[in-house]
Formats: sequence, structure tokens, C-alpha cells
Amino acid sequence: MAVPRKSNIQIIDGNQAAAIAAKLSRVQVIAAYPITPQTPLTEQLSLFVEDGELKAEYVAVESEHSAMAVCTSASLVGARTFTATSSHGLAYMHEMLHWAAGARLPIVMACVNRAIGAPWNVLNDQQDSISQRDTGWIQIYCRNNQEVMDSVIQAYRIAEQVYVPVMICYDGYILSHTEMPVDVPDQEDVDKYLLPYKPHTILDPANPKNYNLVTLANPRVGVDGKLCHGYMELRYLLQEALQDCPKTIIEAGDEFNRVFGRDYSRLFWEDRNEDAEITIVAMGSLAMEAIVAADMLREQGFNVGVLGLRVFRPFPKADVVRALRKSKLIVVFDKNISYGSEGATCSEIKSALYGTYINAAVRNFIVGLGGRDVKARELVEATKRAIASLKETVINPDYPEWICRI
Amino acid sequence: MGTRECNHICDESSPGIGEAGITGEWRTHKPVIDTDKCTTTRLNKPTCFLCWLYCPEAVITKAIPPFINLVYCKGCGICSQVCPVQAINMVSENKSVAGT
Repeated sequence: MAVPRKSNIQIIDGNQAAAIAAKLSRVQVIAAYPITPQTPLTEQLSLFVEDGELKAEYVAVESEHSAMAVCTSASLVGARTFTATSSHGLAYMHEMLHWAAGARLPIVMACVNRAIGAPWNVLNDQQDSISQRDTGWIQIYCRNNQEVMDSVIQAYRIAEQVYVPVMICYDGYILSHTEMPVDVPDQEDVDKYLLPYKPHTILDPANPKNYNLVTLANPRVGVDGKLCHGYMELRYLLQEALQDCPKTIIEAGDEFNRVFGRDYSRLFWEDRNEDAEITIVAMGSLAMEAIVAADMLREQGFNVGVLGLRVFRPFPKADVVRALRKSKLIVVFDKNISYGSEGATCSEIKSALYGTYINAAVRNFIVGLGGRDVKARELVEATKRAIASLKETVINPDYPEWICRI
Repeated sequence: MGTRECNHICDESSPGIGEAGITGEWRTHKPVIDTDKCTTTRLNKPTCFLCWLYCPEAVITKAIPPFINLVYCKGCGICSQVCPVQAINMVSENKSVAGT
């Protein structure tokens, strides 16, 4: 039974959705540096602060490295913090991403996915956030602007329970600059949904503490006589937090459904994949295009379903395997590439399938880099090529096929 | 017993003497005060104390003569450099160093 509730549909783009979500989450410190295509998001947030609509400190920094440093410091002293970036800005932030995760600070960031140079390009692909895969952040990808709005709000609930920062990724222009209907939650409901942030790092002059000083390899007894973690124990705890956080992400999704009436109970979503023999896998807005392609393929008699990846880190291996158990062919479209290997999501799928007795063929296509338009027709043709390739061999090729005109 | 019982999830410590370990072990040269030259000692009055002021490890105590805690002194030699009367000599610990 859907809970009857009032709706407040606004026609907004992804950047506005993220800005409104940050405001509704009552963020206290924002530090961001404008970069295309994230710029309207930071402009909107500074306007909210300037107008007094949002009681927050907006720190205008000189770089993304400093933006994350400010968020790290502010979060450390107990403030709810938000930042946003794209592409080269995210790359510039790289070092501080490790610091935020290592210090276990529940910072939330919007990453508006954009290609990375060289050559210069301001359009969409997912190379920027995929390149930050191993920094210890939770990564959630959105398929539309409603998900941008809802995911930013959920991100605070998740981050502040597991003490891991969360990156909300959404495709540049395709979502960031495209207006679509978004149901904007009530402040009252968001206040009910988001519990107050309880920092695990308490700075108190009466009981001074050091955080994240030089930590040598081995555990060491502190001046208070307690055996404290060495570097490796702390890094293990970060891995453990990411391994265990799916239940928190699902709980945050279930509770979101109860309060707002939109279902986020799963770590990925499926479209008619229950009995599909062929599954198309894609992440972010690309998965929406995959639904159009799947419809076209079904009309031509192919039994096709779609698996849209939402939570990429932690990667929901067991659940993905369960969803793919009937698939004989898995066609993975990636808007990123691990050079010399294959698309990052394809590697995850293959890794998840290893040793599960699901002997599906996996075909990987690299699409849409640097804003190259991805047409549903192209996904259809690629999927048909993958089907035809099964007549020659079921062995998975070492390298992906690129949909480009080389 | 593992380290989980400290209940920290990031590196955390309370400031105090020796929290970085026995750093005196890092030293190759130790500072030795020549009390015949040291102004404070010579005048038997709490004066100068530039060595105390400049010590980056805060291991020098304002005493007569100044007391250097060699358990934590890393032997950086700054006290020796700033002493206006060259009363502090850096004396080799004669530790064998591989390759030398």
C-alpha cells in the first residue's frame, strides 16, 4: 500500500535537485570550488546562504583540494558538511578524499560526472568518479533527478551511521542540466528522517585529543595505557565499514520509503530481468537508455532485461549474482575504461560471478566517453553483435569493444 | 587481545609525553652542555634559556643547568646552533650505521 502523501512536484535540473537536497539536509558547512558542469549547484547553494534560507557557513576556497580540506576539518569538529565537484576538480581533490575516508568523516559530496583530460572536454562520462574508486568512499550513482534529490538526503543518514563519506554521482548535462519533474520533500519530513549528526571525533579543550597523527605500522600503547590501532588496523576498519554498510544503505532506503513513499530498498534496480536470458548492465543515466534498447530488442523477440547499478562501492556482489542467475549473456556498457583492461563495472560483474557456477558469457562495450551521444539503437546493435558472437565462442574476450568510429 | 578494544575508528590519541614512542633512539648525536660556558649556569640565575625556547621537541627543562631529557631528544642540534655562547656540543653516540 502506497502511503497517501502530498506531493510537491517541481521541474528542476540535477544541480538544483542536489542543492535543494543539501539545504533540506540542513548542512552547516559548504566548501566548494565551481567547475563545469557542477557550477550551478555551488551558485545555488551560495545563494541559499546569502539569502539566509540556509543557515550555513559557505567557505569560498581557492581549489578543490582546499574544499575537501575544509570539509574534513569542519566535519571533524562536528559540522554536517557538503561539497560538490566534477572531473579535474575531483582529481585535484584526490589526496583529501583519502583523508576524509581515513578519518572516517561522514562528508557528502555530489560528483557531477564529466570526462577528464587530455584532451580538454567538459561533457559527460564516468571516468572521474571511477578513478576515485579506491579512496574508501561509498559511491552511489543516480539515474534521474529524483534520485539525485533522494540520494543526497539518504547519503547523510548512511554516512553518519557508518562514518564513511558518500559520493553521489550523476551524469553531467544529461542530469545536471536537464530539467525533469522532481518531488521535493517537505523540510518537516526530512527533519524526521535525518537524525542529528553525532561526531565520533570530539574536540574538547578539557580533554584534548589528537586525530590522525603519524601512525606507525604496529599497534602502540597510548599514554593512557590503552593498546591503540596501528595503520593497518585502522585501514582494516575502513574496509570492514564498507563491507558491512549495505544493511545500513538498505535500512536508509526502507525508512526513506516509509517517510517519502519512494522505494530505495535495493542496491541496484532491475527492469524485467526476472526471467531474462540476456541482461544489459549499465550505471547511472545510461541504464535508462538501456531500458529503451531492451524494449526495442523485446519487440524483435529477444528476452532481455536490464540491471541498473546504483551502489558501486561497496559493490553488491552477492545480490548482483542472484539477479544474474538466469542470464546466459551479460552485456555490460561502461562510460569509463581501466586502460589496459576493461570497463570498471564489467570487471566487477566478472569478479562477482567467479566461482558461482553461473557460466554466463560477458561482453563489454565502452560507450559515451567525453559526451559522445549514446543512442538506444547503438545499444541494440551492440547487444545483437554480442548475441551473434556466441555462435563463434562463449569465451569472454580479454578486452572490450568500443562504440566509436575508429 | 586485539586493538578493537580501544574503540577508536580513526587514529586517536591523548597528548602526553612519549606518545610518539621513545624518539631518543633516533639520535646519532647527543647535546652535552658545557656548564662553564652556559650563561644560566655560570650566573646561577634563570636567564637565557634559548635552548629551552627553540627545542622543537620540548625536551629541555628550565633548570640550572638546563636539563635535556635524552629519552625523547632526537639529537637535531637546534639547541647547539642557537646557543649564543656555544655551550652545547653535539657528541657522537658512536652508533654503527650500516654502510659507513
